Amino acid sequence: MEETRRPRSLGALADTKKEADDVVVALAGNPNTGKSTVFNQLTGLRQHTGNWPGKTVASARGRYVHRGQEFTVIDLPGTYSLLANSVEEEIARDFICSGSPQTTVVVTDATCLERNLNLALQIMEITTQVVVCVNLLDEAKRKQISVDLAKLAELLGVPVVGTNARDGKGLTELKDTIYQVARGQINPRPYPLTYDEPLEAALAQLLPLLQPKIADGNRARWLALRLLEQGAVGDYGESNPELEQKLQEVISYLQAQQIDREQLRDRMVSCLVRQAEKIAKQVVSFGKADYNSLDRNIDKIVTSRLFGIPIMLTLLGLAFWITIVGANYPSQLIFNFFFAIEGRLTRLFMHYGWPDFLHGLLVLGVYRTLAWVISVMLPPMAIFFPLFTLLEDLGYLPRIAFNLDHYFKKACAHGKQALTMCMGFGCNAAGVSACRIIDSPRERIIAIVTNNFVPCNGRFPLLIALSSIFFVTGTSLGSSFARALLILSLIVSSVLITFVVSRLLSQTVLKGLPTSFALELPPYRKPQLGRILLRSLLDRTIFVLARAVVVAAPAGALVWLMANLSVGSGTLLAHTANWLHPFAQLIGLDGYILLAFILGLPANEIVIPIVLMSYAQTGTLIDFSNLAELRTILIQNGWTWLTALCTMLFSLNHWPCGTTLLTIRNETQSNKWTILSLLVPTVTGFVLCFLVAQGVRLLGLV
Amino acid sequence: MSMCKQMVSLADLPLGQKGIVCELKARNQVQRRLLDLGLITDTVVEALCQSPAGDPTAYQIRGAVIALRREEASNILVQLAESPYSKSWRAVNGRN
Repeated sequence: MEETRRPRSLGALADTKKEADDVVVALAGNPNTGKSTVFNQLTGLRQHTGNWPGKTVASARGRYVHRGQEFTVIDLPGTYSLLANSVEEEIARDFICSGSPQTTVVVTDATCLERNLNLALQIMEITTQVVVCVNLLDEAKRKQISVDLAKLAELLGVPVVGTNARDGKGLTELKDTIYQVARGQINPRPYPLTYDEPLEAALAQLLPLLQPKIADGNRARWLALRLLEQGAVGDYGESNPELEQKLQEVISYLQAQQIDREQLRDRMVSCLVRQAEKIAKQVVSFGKADYNSLDRNIDKIVTSRLFGIPIMLTLLGLAFWITIVGANYPSQLIFNFFFAIEGRLTRLFMHYGWPDFLHGLLVLGVYRTLAWVISVMLPPMAIFFPLFTLLEDLGYLPRIAFNLDHYFKKACAHGKQALTMCMGFGCNAAGVSACRIIDSPRERIIAIVTNNFVPCNGRFPLLIALSSIFFVTGTSLGSSFARALLILSLIVSSVLITFVVSRLLSQTVLKGLPTSFALELPPYRKPQLGRILLRSLLDRTIFVLARAVVVAAPAGALVWLMANLSVGSGTLLAHTANWLHPFAQLIGLDGYILLAFILGLPANEIVIPIVLMSYAQTGTLIDFSNLAELRTILIQNGWTWLTALCTMLFSLNHWPCGTTLLTIRNETQSNKWTILSLLVPTVTGFVLCFLVAQGVRLLGLV
Repeated sequence: MSMCKQMVSLADLPLGQKGIVCELKARNQVQRRLLDLGLITDTVVEALCQSPAGDPTAYQIRGAVIALRREEASNILVQLAESPYSKSWRAVNGRN
């Protein structure tokens, strides 16, 4: 008989082809236990970490060498249990069952051990090759919680290692222990969990039929339990009439005692929870009863009726304000730097007598677009992203979800959608992936389709640039506040649009009622400032910027070519823009802006640079010596505050970028939802800009 | 279960008060989620705080803080564990 089911829905895990002699190590654990940090410390990789449950949505893998042995580490999605049948749990369970990992490390949170032991006990039922890692010891110490690791190892029957992964404490010991378990130098002997009387009697009936085939006693018990749970032998093995008959006998026996399948599951879970409670009582001691009082008091304020929403808006506004004030000066510096180089490049071309065509394409096309992208986009990104990561690291994001859940419920959506929207601020593609934390398929699709309403880091600088050019000029403190307020109100409007569209979707194509909701509010954690700066700069900002640069270079070349290839009476660029113009004007834009949005499909960052490029190529070449001249250029090309407003609105509401669309296709495996995700924000944008543009013109405001 | 005295649904547990889980009335997936959170009978639960709109509510459950919507919480019946504020509860308890 096949011992276990083949792994299903493993995705990337299915092709975990290990390198020749690698030992495969699986990392399992509850969400928010610092599992990703352990993973990063083991492998030296830089998986993005954050203080909210469900952050690891895709399984990461990495490698390391210890004592001459090579290890492949698989970071499984964080789960509370392996019994509730969510996608994540199935992935984790199937991978552990598949027998691929030679060692499974269960990462647990020392400050909340009891809850974490539930999963550890379930995993120890499946495999004996378990190492329990008790992480976050420093935090536990600060809360005066102490864990008797030796006693825990004794009670569980598996090796236990205490770590504080953030600063690498205990990692060598963890590696040693993994090595020893994988090499058979330590043989963990997990104590089998004892269930209550009728269940044990049922198991005793089934085990003799399973045991000859499965040497490992614990594993046989686990399999027997799953058979009882499933109510049939089914796909747990090839047909075995004897086993099937016995199973049905046992099930009738249980039913005679008023234990149906539902009851059976409840009892299993109850036994696990009680066992975890029993063990935790013996190994965990609390120095003070109210160890969480600080967190509770903070929560009372940040979620209060009076201050909850205002604090949320203030924090967000503050992040915008710091970005606006901070980005201005470096933008100018970078701008000056790049355009000084442009002058030199031009002289170089002239000096060597290289053809004008090449100079135009490379310097005026590619180089200038790149310079725009970097000087306009980099500073706001480099400031906003770390600020946002700071809020994430603190553990504030789940509180946002908590505060907003009521409104999501009204929109028949899931409160965790707020978390995925927060991720969208960084990158909509990341936001779409994060939607996996939403269990219900219907609500997950809603979150995916509407994620693009939140402006990502790539669109955000456009809002900053245009707001400071057209709405609140000046450099005073007051004007920077006003700018932050303007952007804040745009963001609030896009959140409102998200609610409205979510509600519309749940009344039409995604009909249904809100399903169950449980959101963990993790303890606040002291953010690691240095790491935040480094990580968000290196991993995110540079990554996003690199992508923009890759896209901007050919786009710059294309715009230059279009501007310099004449067809009939005008250039190709002018023809295309003129063709788009009547339509673009209806929605308050012009042909060049709409064209820039279309060319910006691969990356939103290039929209404003492409607009500027186009203007520079069509009119007389303006020598931009100052960023403030941006305003002059735009106004010379017919921009009014209405154009700026519509451009900002259209930036907030238009098709998702190429990467996001691909991610949506991947996540939903459906063309229908991908197309809907493209149409919903696009139509919203057209309608909104049309109404604003026509309304303002009708009222004669411009 | 009749052995529970003064039962209320978890959704009606006043903030700051503790309750002991007596019974779970949910079915299927919802029931499993609740059990996975450690909400089995005899578990002590404390209502901590409410979101600005009054729903969901955050509860302390086995060392973790979990927010549940009213719909979920009303599936859980709890017995008031201690009530430092309410004299009437003591009176009721005394009579039982």
